[in-house]
Amino acid sequence: MNNVLSKSAKTGMARALVILALLLGAVYAGFPVLWMVASSFKSNTEIFAYPPTLITESFSFNAYQVVLTNPEKVRFFINSYLVSIWVTIFTLIVGTLAGYSFSRYDFFFKKPLNMLIISVQAVPPITLLIPYFSLIVTLKLYNTYAALVLTYMVFTLPYAIIMMTGYFNTLPKELDEAVMIDGGSRIIALWRVLVPISLPGIVATGIYTFMQAWNEFLFALTLTKTTEMRTVPVGIQMLMGQHSYEWNEMMAMSVLGCLPVLILYLFFQRYFMAGMTAGSVKG
Amino acid sequence: MLADNYISTGSKNRTWRRAAKGFVPFAYLSPTILLLAVLSLLPIAMVFNYSLMNNVIMEKNPTFVGIANYVKLISDRVFQQAILNTLYFTVMSVVFHLILGLTFAMLLNTKIISPGIRALFRVVYVLPWVFTATIIAVLWRLMLNPNGIVNYLLVWSDLVSGKIEWLSSKQVALHAVTFINIWAGYPFYMVSLLAGLQGIPDQLYEAGTIDGANKRQLFRYITLPQLKPIILSLAMLDFIWTMHQFTLIWMTTGGGPLRVTEMLSTFTYKLAFSSYKFSMASTSAFIILALSMFVALFYVRNQRASDE
Repeated sequence: MNNVLSKSAKTGMARALVILALLLGAVYAGFPVLWMVASSFKSNTEIFAYPPTLITESFSFNAYQVVLTNPEKVRFFINSYLVSIWVTIFTLIVGTLAGYSFSRYDFFFKKPLNMLIISVQAVPPITLLIPYFSLIVTLKLYNTYAALVLTYMVFTLPYAIIMMTGYFNTLPKELDEAVMIDGGSRIIALWRVLVPISLPGIVATGIYTFMQAWNEFLFALTLTKTTEMRTVPVGIQMLMGQHSYEWNEMMAMSVLGCLPVLILYLFFQRYFMAGMTAGSVKG
Repeated sequence: MLADNYISTGSKNRTWRRAAKGFVPFAYLSPTILLLAVLSLLPIAMVFNYSLMNNVIMEKNPTFVGIANYVKLISDRVFQQAILNTLYFTVMSVVFHLILGLTFAMLLNTKIISPGIRALFRVVYVLPWVFTATIIAVLWRLMLNPNGIVNYLLVWSDLVSGKIEWLSSKQVALHAVTFINIWAGYPFYMVSLLAGLQGIPDQLYEAGTIDGANKRQLFRYITLPQLKPIILSLAMLDFIWTMHQFTLIWMTTGGGPLRVTEMLSTFTYKLAFSSYKFSMASTSAFIILALSMFVALFYVRNQRASDE
């Protein structure tokens, strides 16, 4: 009896300790985010008020209104959405075709090509930036969406190919053979059978691609010039360089800027976790 | 699609058909090959070429100078400083990412807490990950402002006596940016390690307990060896990516004050786009590439070992 009691007391202790540790971790992870959201509702004069409080008397959606009614800033969001969506579409098409080829065929050069694709992930963006600058100018693509979409794909494509190859590898070859016996071609097998089955993998890859494109900064900074071509990350940086610091507006823009990624993550969490382990970790 | 039509409508000649068939995988791969050739192999060749020249881009007729740029750069004090800074930033980030990621993953994997609560905490813990580096930079500039919340809390709790200039003091700026990067990057480990932990069969722990192992021994002899392949992959990928970190530094300190947070990436960027020394910048860029490929070599080798 005594033994049982002490045992339950022991689990109780352990549970209390774990919860305490979890709470400490949550403060570390979550407090900065909470502070960002709280600051976006303050007036700019109260950002550094002493003593600081989470919610001030000036609580309002004013900063959001300012950001969302400023055509220049709305343009940053439109640009980011357009570039990210195009990058995602092209990456998925090119990546699916390549993944299919890697999964279903054996060909001369397969191994070195695969190695090349893996190692492209390790190429520093800064190394490519200088030649890109001259290439993009030569191709007359400077300050266009095409410049960003093309250059982003160099970094989104390898991951997409690795993911899609892995996904197709889990699907039996008999599946596409069955379609071909019925008189369909390989491309029909790919489109009608393999693509629908691998939707979870495609969704995970697509989200990851979208996030990468949405977050990119260095190329967007260097390969575009005019304000109306800037994306959200560059837009936030521009806000920082301007006259006085409009902290509340920057925070509002940051909250708006991370919403698409947060929503994608929350909705597709399950797909995403699976993708992470399949793609990134197993390579 | 093109390739398949080609075969069905093309010549009936057998050898011709076989040759065409060997071509099919390349047809599917052609957009990939084209893109990678034009946008990764060609630029790398270009950057290497630039690094052997003098005054490229700025002058019409650059002269070939061989390895002179490399010699000059390696003996450059600022470049050496940038290498050391990058090394500190990267190693500290990787180590603490791993420690935090593993700790949080294990906390989230404990069976004594109900799954609902764990799911809630998991969402909170993953939060830093959904922010792009620009937003993280702005957010921490707000928090670490001399009049900001971090200084307020530290002074209030008597941990420090005066306000600290986190991002503009020579002594603390490098640690501050490293701290920010640690906060930003651990969820990547946490998510992967959590999946790894859930993949360890319970029987292993049961067998270990029967053999009389305590919690620490179970961790040391079961958990860690089981996670080792994931940990190695994560650490190597993270090492490469952290080494390339540009945005966070650029937006918090810009490499300052007095270059104490200058990284290889910011150093190279400034050479190219502030001083327009494109040849020197290319030299620096090529050295970063070589260092990255060196680390990547271990990554690829490790991947192969775990595949076999």
